[in-house]
Amino acid sequence: MAEIVLIGMNHKSAPVEVREQLAVACREKVNPLVRAPQLQHVDEMFFVSTCNRVEILFTCSNVHESLNEVKCLLRNHLGEHLTHSLDQHFYIHHHTEAVKHLFRVASSLDSMVVGEPQILGQIKTAYRQATECKTVGVILNRLLHKTFSVAKRVRSETCIGSYAVSISYAAVELARKIFGKLDDKRVLLIGAGEMAELAAEHFLAQGVCQLAVANRTLERAISLAKRFKGETVPFEHILDKLKTTDIVLTSTGSPEPILFHGDVKSRMRERRNRPLFFIDIAVPRDIDPRINEIDNAYVYDIDELQGVIDLNLEDRKREAQRAEHIVAEEVLKFEDWLCTLKVVPTIIALRNKAEAIRKMEVQKTLSGLPHLSESERSAIEVLTDSIVRKILHDPILYLKRKSERETGQVCVDFTQQIFNLMERDGDSSCALTHETPSDMNYHNLLKSMKK
Amino acid sequence: MESVFLMIATFCYSCGTVGYLVYLFRDLSIIHRVAWWILSAGAAFHLVAIVVRSVSVQHLAVTSPQEAMSFFSWILVTTYLIVQMRLDLRILGSFVSPLAVVFMLISTLLPGDIIPASGAFESGWVVFHVTTLFFAYALFALAFCASVMYLLQERQIKNKNFGFLYSRLPSLQRLDKINEHCLLLGFPFMTVGLITGFTYASTVWRSPWNWDPKEILALITWCIYAVLLHERLAVGWRGRKAALLAILGFMGILMTFLGVSLFLEGHHTFSVE
Repeated sequence: MAEIVLIGMNHKSAPVEVREQLAVACREKVNPLVRAPQLQHVDEMFFVSTCNRVEILFTCSNVHESLNEVKCLLRNHLGEHLTHSLDQHFYIHHHTEAVKHLFRVASSLDSMVVGEPQILGQIKTAYRQATECKTVGVILNRLLHKTFSVAKRVRSETCIGSYAVSISYAAVELARKIFGKLDDKRVLLIGAGEMAELAAEHFLAQGVCQLAVANRTLERAISLAKRFKGETVPFEHILDKLKTTDIVLTSTGSPEPILFHGDVKSRMRERRNRPLFFIDIAVPRDIDPRINEIDNAYVYDIDELQGVIDLNLEDRKREAQRAEHIVAEEVLKFEDWLCTLKVVPTIIALRNKAEAIRKMEVQKTLSGLPHLSESERSAIEVLTDSIVRKILHDPILYLKRKSERETGQVCVDFTQQIFNLMERDGDSSCALTHETPSDMNYHNLLKSMKK
Repeated sequence: MESVFLMIATFCYSCGTVGYLVYLFRDLSIIHRVAWWILSAGAAFHLVAIVVRSVSVQHLAVTSPQEAMSFFSWILVTTYLIVQMRLDLRILGSFVSPLAVVFMLISTLLPGDIIPASGAFESGWVVFHVTTLFFAYALFALAFCASVMYLLQERQIKNKNFGFLYSRLPSLQRLDKINEHCLLLGFPFMTVGLITGFTYASTVWRSPWNWDPKEILALITWCIYAVLLHERLAVGWRGRKAALLAILGFMGILMTFLGVSLFLEGHHTFSVE
C-alpha cells in the first residue's frame, strides 16, 4: 500500500533568514524533480516552492528510506550552506495529514496572507512541471486534481478570497492611506516577481498615472513595460528616478538590498519631501529597512504588509473556519478513494488472469480450426471476451463495494486465494505483483471507480 | 438672557462632541449628520448670545477673557462647519468639537466682568482686528487638529502598528493638505489682524509697539507660522515636521490667548484703565 508523505517548510516553521536563503536557492537551481528518477524508494513526487514555502509531496512504500532520500535531495537542492540547521525547520505529514496539508495550502489557508490567490496558480504550475517530468502517477494525479477542486470550492463557497487579503491589495490600501488619491502618482517597478507584477497591475487598476519598469535584463523590462504601457528605466538610473516616483515596488532576486538609507535620504530634499512609499515584496529584502526612519518615506516588506491585512482578521477567521470545514470534508472523501485503491491491484490481477486464460484457450481452439474466416475468428474473440467480462462483473463489483468498509482487506485476501492470484512462479501476467500494472489498464479502472 | 443662550450653546456643543466621538468609533453617516446639525444649532444659539451681549455692552463682546474665549469657540465651530461643508472631512469634527467644548468650559471659568464701554473698543478697527485674528486662530486650530491627526496616523503607518483609528483617519496627504491650506489662509488673516492691531495701537497709545506681553507673544507666534510657511513653500517641508511646527504655533496661540489673559498684565487684559 502506497504511503503519501509530505515534507516541507513554510513561514511558520522557518525563520525569515532561512526562507530568504531558500528563495535564493530555488531561483537559481533547476527543478529538483528532474532528479526524481534517481530516488530508489520514491514512487511519485511533486515539488512546489514559492518565496515563502517549499513542499515535497511523494508516495512510497518504505517511508523511512524514502524520507531520507528526499531530505538528501532537498539538501542538495538548497545548497550546502544551509544544511546545518535545515532539518529542524521541516515538518513532515503522513497520509491524510499530508492530504489535508496540501488542501489547506492550495486553498490558501496556510498562506502567510490567508486567502491570497497566487498560491493555487503556483501549485498548478508546479503540477504542470511535475507532469512534464513524469514524476506524478495515479495517486498524485488524482490528489492534485482533487486539490484544485477543493481550492476552487473554498474560494467559491467562502468569502476568504474576497477580503483585502492579497499582499498587493494590502499595498494599495496602504498607499491610499498615505497618498489619498492615487491617480496622479507614479509607480516604479524594480525587478519582476510574480507578486510584484500583480501589485503593479493592482496599482494600474487603481489609476496611477504612470508606471516605469527597471530590470537587470532589458528584454524582461521591455516586455513588462509593454504590458503595463509604461516606460523602462535602466537599472543604474533607479536612484535618479526616485525624484519623480511616488511608489516603489521591488522584487528583485538580489541577495543584497538595492536601495540604502543614504541613497534615499539625500534625494528627499530634491523631492521636496513628497512622500515616498516603498513596497518590498522581495525575499531577501531589497530595501534597507532603515529607510523607514526617514521622514515622509515609508517602507513595508512582505511581512509588514500583513499588519494591514490583519485589520479584518476577525471576519476572516469565521470564513477560515468554514473553509477548514470544507477541507476536512474533502479529506474524508479522498480517504475513501484511497481505500478503494487497495482493491485495485487485485481487480487488475483478476482481470489479467482471466484474460490470459481466455487468450490461451482461444488460441488453442483457433489453432485446431484453421478453416475459419476472419469474421468467424473475431466472433469467437468477442464471445469469449464477453463471457469473461460477465463472469468477472459481479466479483469485481463486490470487491469495489467492500473496499470502503473495514472488512475490505479480508475480501481482498479471500479473492486472491480463490483465484490463486498470489502465485509468483506462474505466468507473470496473471500474478498479483508489486510492479505497477500497465498504465492504461490502471487508468481505465480508476476512471471506472470514480463516483 | 444671553447666559441662557450660552448654556444652550455649550450643551449643544457637548452633545455634538459626544456624537462626533461616537462617530469616531462607529462609521455611521447618520451619527455624523445629527452631530453636525447639533453643532450648527449650538453655533446659532451662541451667535444669538454674542449679539445680545454685544448690543448690551455696545461694542463687540470680546473684551473680557470670558467673552474672548467664548467668541473664539464660536468662530472655531463656525469655521469647522464651513470647512466640513466644503471639504467633507468628517473625522476632523471629532477633534475640533472637543476643543470647542474645552474653550467654552474655560470661558465660563474666566472672569466675566462686564467692562464698561470705553472709547478704546468702539472703533471699527477693533472689530476688524479681533475678527481677522480670531478667524486666523480658528484656522490654526483646525491646522492643529489636522496635525494631531497626521501625527497619529503617521505613527501608525511608520510603526506598522494599526489601531482602530487607522481606518477612521483620512490619508496622510489629505491631512497635510488641510494643514497647508489652513496655514495659507490663516497666515494672511493673522498678518492683517496684527497690522490693524498695531495701527490701532499707534492711534490710541501713540506707539504701535508697547511691549505688551500679548503683543510679544503674538509676534512670536506669527514668526513660528512665518517660518512654517516659508519652509513649506520654499524648502518643501511637509508631513511630520510641518505638523509639529503647526502644533507649536497653536501652543503659541494658546499662550497668547490664555496665558496673557490670565497671568500677565497689559493693554489686552483690559482692566479698567
